Amino acid sequence: MNGDQNTPPGSTRRRAIEYFLGGGILATFASFLYPVLRYVVPPPVADLGVNEVVAGKVGDLKPNSGAIFRFGSSPGLLILTSDGSYQALSATCTHLGCTVQYRGDLHQVWCPCHNGIYGIDGRNISGPPPKPLTAYDVHLRGDEIVVTLKREA
Amino acid sequence: MAFLRNKFRLLRAARTAGLAGVIVLGVCLGYGQTTNSCLDCHSAMPDPLGVTQEKFSQDIHAQKGLTCTSCHGGDANSYDPTVSMGAKAGFKGKIDRRQVPQLCASCHSNPTYMKQYDPGLRTDQLDQYHTSVHGKRQAAGDSKVAVCIDCHSVHDIRPPSDPRSTVNPVNIATTCSRCHSDAAYMKPYGIPTDQFAKYKTSVHYQAMMVNGDLSAPTCTTCHGNHGAVPPGVDKVQNVCANCHVFQAQMYEKSSHKAAFDALGLPGCVVCHSNHGIHMPSDAMLGTGPQGVCMRCHQPGDRCDQARVKIQSGLMQLDGAITQADQTLSVAEASGMDVSEARLAQSQARDQLIKARVTIHTYQQALVDQDVQAGLKIAAKDQQAGKDAMVERNQRRIGLGICFLAIAIMLAGLWLFIRKIER
Amino acid sequence: MIAAILRWLDERLHLDDLIAPFRHKTVPVHRLTYWYFFGGITLFLFGVQVVTGILLLLYYHAGANDAFESVQYIMTKVRYGWLIRSIHSWSANLMILTAFAHMFSVLFLKAYRKPRELTWISGMLLLFLVMGFGFSGYLLPWNTLAFFATKVGTAMVGQVPIIGQPMMIFLRGGPQVTGATLIRFFGFHVAVLPGLVVVLISIHLFLVQRLGMSVPPKIEAEWAENPSVKREMKFFPNFMLREMMAWYVTVGVLGALAAIFPWNLGVKADPFGSAPAGIKPEWYFLFMYQTLKIIPSKVWFVEGEVLGIVGCGLAGLLWLLLPFFDSEPPSRPKRWITGLAIFALMYVAGMSAYGFLAK
Repeated sequence: MNGDQNTPPGSTRRRAIEYFLGGGILATFASFLYPVLRYVVPPPVADLGVNEVVAGKVGDLKPNSGAIFRFGSSPGLLILTSDGSYQALSATCTHLGCTVQYRGDLHQVWCPCHNGIYGIDGRNISGPPPKPLTAYDVHLRGDEIVVTLKREA
Repeated sequence: MAFLRNKFRLLRAARTAGLAGVIVLGVCLGYGQTTNSCLDCHSAMPDPLGVTQEKFSQDIHAQKGLTCTSCHGGDANSYDPTVSMGAKAGFKGKIDRRQVPQLCASCHSNPTYMKQYDPGLRTDQLDQYHTSVHGKRQAAGDSKVAVCIDCHSVHDIRPPSDPRSTVNPVNIATTCSRCHSDAAYMKPYGIPTDQFAKYKTSVHYQAMMVNGDLSAPTCTTCHGNHGAVPPGVDKVQNVCANCHVFQAQMYEKSSHKAAFDALGLPGCVVCHSNHGIHMPSDAMLGTGPQGVCMRCHQPGDRCDQARVKIQSGLMQLDGAITQADQTLSVAEASGMDVSEARLAQSQARDQLIKARVTIHTYQQALVDQDVQAGLKIAAKDQQAGKDAMVERNQRRIGLGICFLAIAIMLAGLWLFIRKIER
Repeated sequence: MIAAILRWLDERLHLDDLIAPFRHKTVPVHRLTYWYFFGGITLFLFGVQVVTGILLLLYYHAGANDAFESVQYIMTKVRYGWLIRSIHSWSANLMILTAFAHMFSVLFLKAYRKPRELTWISGMLLLFLVMGFGFSGYLLPWNTLAFFATKVGTAMVGQVPIIGQPMMIFLRGGPQVTGATLIRFFGFHVAVLPGLVVVLISIHLFLVQRLGMSVPPKIEAEWAENPSVKREMKFFPNFMLREMMAWYVTVGVLGALAAIFPWNLGVKADPFGSAPAGIKPEWYFLFMYQTLKIIPSKVWFVEGEVLGIVGCGLAGLLWLLLPFFDSEPPSRPKRWITGLAIFALMYVAGMSAYGFLAK
């Protein structure tokens, strides 16, 4: 059989090269472009939450109670005092690192591990803790309670 | 002639000025230095009569303006021994041990007097001392027991806040052990002398001396200082409860309290010892040499069965946390970020600690609640670690696809080059 | 379709005149031709840095408070953020490596001699700027290693006599390394240095195009003897296609490094903390750092560190002016320069290894 007279010799070779080149360019550019395109789309979480975090909504807390929230990579304690003001402190006890809690009966912050006691302002009052708890700034944004690091003086 | 007259006047003036200068110089040099004939002689004497100026200057009493005569009487201005150490000056000589508490209390129990130095200082030390074992025996005539100077030192007494003071928290155990670890000295009293040795193996000693935690308990924390007395057998848990609140509360409501009280057993000490308190381990729930439960309970009884369940629950949680940690480490070593899971791991560890505290209720169901909560968290973290590994593998597959694309491209280029260069 | 677009452009821009020099450009072919690739690879890696750098700019916060966290955010929350950042870090190191390789290859191939002195000078200045890129970029994640490496590095600048202290304060934005240093380095890294480098690259490339590719003297001599042995290839498309292959291989290497060995975050810098034990600069500064370490603290009446820094500065200056020490073609190149080049290569490699292994 003579085969197809219209196909010049070596055209399959040329076709192969074209496929390789064209396919290669397409494939490589696609594999470069795809991650870049996904990269420029912002992720759902806009922030890592180490400088500012929404600790809760107004109404979540009852007066004279506290709740733990996540601030960056460590726990924080949000307190709503009986006179209606918010206070936010680091919840990591300065003694041996346990998580502290708010005691409504004492109006103080208490660490259950070795009975350490702090005031609402974070000052270490009694027991083993050697240093006060770091205090954070609290602002209300609409009905969100926003906790931020204290502004450097 | 006038010239000569002037010279004389000049000389006389110079002599007066010189004399005045010497007097002024003498006054200046001597200013602020009160005569202390006691130290002048006794600083050159060998022990036991020797007290150097250097040593005495460290003493808080010296720093507040008191001196030898404040306690020993006598006259510090005279160098004549019959005057300085004479009866007329009220010289007391070496204070007899039995008189020491009374002597110190003559100031230290006088609130009006002490107020002028430090209004915050307590003034009930002598009263406390009388309630202590040391005080009671001393009143009965025992001169071997501790009096003020045995703990506080003498002539170089430092305030307790000074780290060099013999009664600073870091030094208290050593001070007490000077007598209480001396087997020969303590023979007449028939009490053990291994407390300090045991304390040195304890977790409290570790906390204070190695980790620098000054709030850790030492001898006086549990026994008191001036009113030193071993806590009553039924009072031990009150002492421990000052720091270990939850364990004490749980124990109070538990079955073991009534049982131990009825048997006259000293609460916490039964399982945890008093001086050699080691870091508790899950092995204490076991049947090995460290096991405490089976000292009283019978194998196979209801409590033994509960013990087995408690121990296995805790070990299960411990194992789950360790396994999750390992998976996360492998993921991390492959370059994946697992910081959120690591944070959650600390919560799982908190649950394990909580579960171990709940042992003191001696109710297996309650311990199990904490264990299950911890297992949930550890399982989530383990899953996070596995997911990280899956993503890691996906990245390698993605890389492989890229390599394939690049290989196709390279092949195409090479063939093209060959074609155009034939 | 591409042909139609080109024709449309050609009707307006007369592309022929512009492209003509490139059509005629040839590349000599001999056993050392492969070294010609390194310049192009360095340029390609610079392009990669610009692209990945711009992408990183979309999410990076410059400021001591949240620089570290923003890099953490890129690595963990942004889709393929880990890839972009790791490529940026790896490509930076690769680029410095290829820049050095390019410089040494030019040195050994004697391509710096007349008429290419300006090409060498612009290239050396580019090398200094590239190391500046590395130094400034290293601080941007604001982790402990970077903070202390910057502290040590800028302190050494301060040792230069007379102008050292003002230079150090200028670099640091104050007497100490603080958040101000970070902001300043950021400015250098994304604005000042790119601007300077783009200008210098343009000059460098223009000179390369204008002067053509040089041929190593020995091969030149062989060809003079036997003209039939001389071989050349056209730059476009032959050499360029080969360069494309080299660039694709580079991309593959970068991708593999980024996927298998992602760049780590470290620990956030604490300016009041103490330096970690055995702190060392990045590998491309190790040879200088190790040199300074072995100089005794006092040499004669001069302080060792001052001597070391001034010495490094002088060495850099001499290196910059190297073409002016060598003979002009067609004379044979001076042997001692070859010897010096070998010594320099051994020194840089040896000191880097020593610095890496030393505690």
